[in-house]
This record gives sequence, structure tokens and C-alpha cells, in this order.
Amino acid sequence: MDIFETVVAKAAGLTSDSPLKGALTLRSDILELTENSHEASLRPIQPGNLTHAERAGLACRMAKRNDEPVLVRHYETLFGVGSQAVANTEFDGGDDARLKAIIRHTDLVTTNPKEATADDITALRSAGLDDVDIVRLSELIAFVSYQVRVVAGLRLMAEVA
Amino acid sequence: MSEPLKDFTTVVPFWQPRVTPVELENATDEQLQAMRVTVSNTKIGEYTLVLALDPETLQQRTPLFNGIMYGRGGLSRAETELGAVASSVVNRCIYCAAVHANRYNELTKTETVIGSIFGSIKTAPEDTELDARPTALLDFATKLSKCPPEATKADAERLIENGFSMGEVLDLVLSASLFGWANRLMHVLGDPLPKD
Repeated sequence: MDIFETVVAKAAGLTSDSPLKGALTLRSDILELTENSHEASLRPIQPGNLTHAERAGLACRMAKRNDEPVLVRHYETLFGVGSQAVANTEFDGGDDARLKAIIRHTDLVTTNPKEATADDITALRSAGLDDVDIVRLSELIAFVSYQVRVVAGLRLMAEVA
Repeated sequence: MSEPLKDFTTVVPFWQPRVTPVELENATDEQLQAMRVTVSNTKIGEYTLVLALDPETLQQRTPLFNGIMYGRGGLSRAETELGAVASSVVNRCIYCAAVHANRYNELTKTETVIGSIFGSIKTAPEDTELDARPTALLDFATKLSKCPPEATKADAERLIENGFSMGEVLDLVLSASLFGWANRLMHVLGDPLPKD
């Protein structure tokens, strides 16, 4: 895998002539696993009840919550039917109770995870998610939260290199 | 049942899942592979059994986690743990903070840094009296862990001024970011209970 073709390196604007090349090459295994995690979170072989289109929309929404416009544009390239609505931060799920619970949870855990309680897991169950879907959603939120910070950090490193 | 812990501690709690974990005897081959279950490794923690509900992500996550936390070269083990603690304090993940504060104390044979971090939460971060290098590390990792991330070029420059190599800065970015991930699983999917 070319580390400069990974989502995080491209989003941070890094190219193969970057002064960070040495440091990044020493951690090429991490960049590769980060890319694999992106695929497993956004386009899993077994998406369960959380479709690829919903995942892309939620990831885009999370990138917006993190003021990360480059990743917003990246996630827009993965959009399918329905992603656009989910990614709209003005949209709360409307009359769709399941989607509403997913969006509420995603916003909460993305922006303010310390406020999450056992009641928030109960709310997802009440909206029809089973425990497998709850873990799938949690991994998606957690992965994107990791990814936005890696990108922000790489960008700062490039500024001081 | 005991009440979940609310305050930071260096005593590692028991993690009580809020969802039903995979039962090892009923696990699929994919789940067993993702959990790295082998003949010589059959003691699998509750956390791994929960994450095995989504084996595709766990399969990647375990080597990623180990690579960032225990990879050779770069940032020292202790400072990598400190990056994890900074994120866990921002996200108030009592479990992760305890595990990694405990490891930091074991590695450095001192309790003053963690004591200062946990003690300052009730007052203000600027009241901590730490050396310049851990202060630069904690400031950077803490700001990166906010949503949206608040770390600036000046924070990154301060790392360089305090002797961090570019490889060490990368490892700090990875450690703090990794706990942006881990905290959102541990704190959301389970409760930290006192071990008794």
C-alpha cells in the first residue's frame, strides 16, 4: 500500500516529497491498518442494519461536527441513496424513529462522549437496534473520531516540519 | 450491584458491558480469528468479546492498537501512555484513564505526574506544576482530543522546542487519536465498576 494514497495522508495534503516521509514510513503499518479500518467501518462486507449509504452520511456529519471540510468532501464521494439527508446537520431524522436515534447518538458521542450514559444505549435498543448494530455504530463513530484527529495532527506536523 | 465509578483513579476498575458480549463457545470462526483466540490464548476479556460482535473492525483494530501502543522506536512507552491519559481525561473515560495512568506510573516509578493531572481536574489545568516536556505533551494531546480538535501550530511548535522528534510527534498524534477511538467504545459501551 502506498502510504501517500491513504485517506488520512491525502486529507492532510501530504505527498511523497513531504518532509514527514521518514516518520510516516516508519509507521507505514499503522497507516495501512488505519486504511483497512476505514474500509471495515465505512464499507464492511457485512454491514448489518447500518447500510454503506448511512455510514457515509454519518461519517460526513461527524466530519462536519469536527470542522474537517476535507474529510467532509471525502465522505461525500462515498454517498449513496439517503446519505445526503443524514449528513445534513440541520436534519434530526424527522419521523424515522430509528434514524433519529442513530443521529442523536452519533452527534452526542462525536461531540461530547463524556455525557453518554447507559440510557443512551437503552434509547438505541428502544429504536430497534440490536446489540450487534449498537457495536457497529459505536465502531463507526469511534473510527471517524480517530481519523479526524490523525488528519488534524498530520496537518500540524506538516506545518512545523 | 456496585455503582459505576465517577472519579478518576489509578486502580484499574472492572469493565461491565452494557451490551451482551459474544459467548466464546458460540463464536464464529471470523470472531475467533478477530479475537486472536488460539490454543494458548483462551482468556479473552469482556471488552474484546463485546467488540467481536463486529469482527471486521476488530480484526484491524487489535493490530492497530498494539502497533501504536507498543511499536518499536519513536515515543517512549511512558509518553505514549500519557497521550492516552490526556484523551481519556477529556472524554472522561474512567476505565481507560485508570489503565493507562496505572501503566504510566509503573513505567516511570513515579505518581506525581498522574497525581497532578487528576488533581488539577478539580481546579484548572494551568495549576499543574509539571516539567516543560510533559506539559507540552499534555497540552497538545488534550487540545487534539477536543471536538473539534483545538491543537494549533503553536502547540506543535512547543513539542519541537521541547525536544520531540518528528517521529515522536507522530506517535503522540496516533496515541491521543487512538484514544479518541477507544474512549468512545469503553465509556459508551460499558461501566467502570470498583473491583472487590
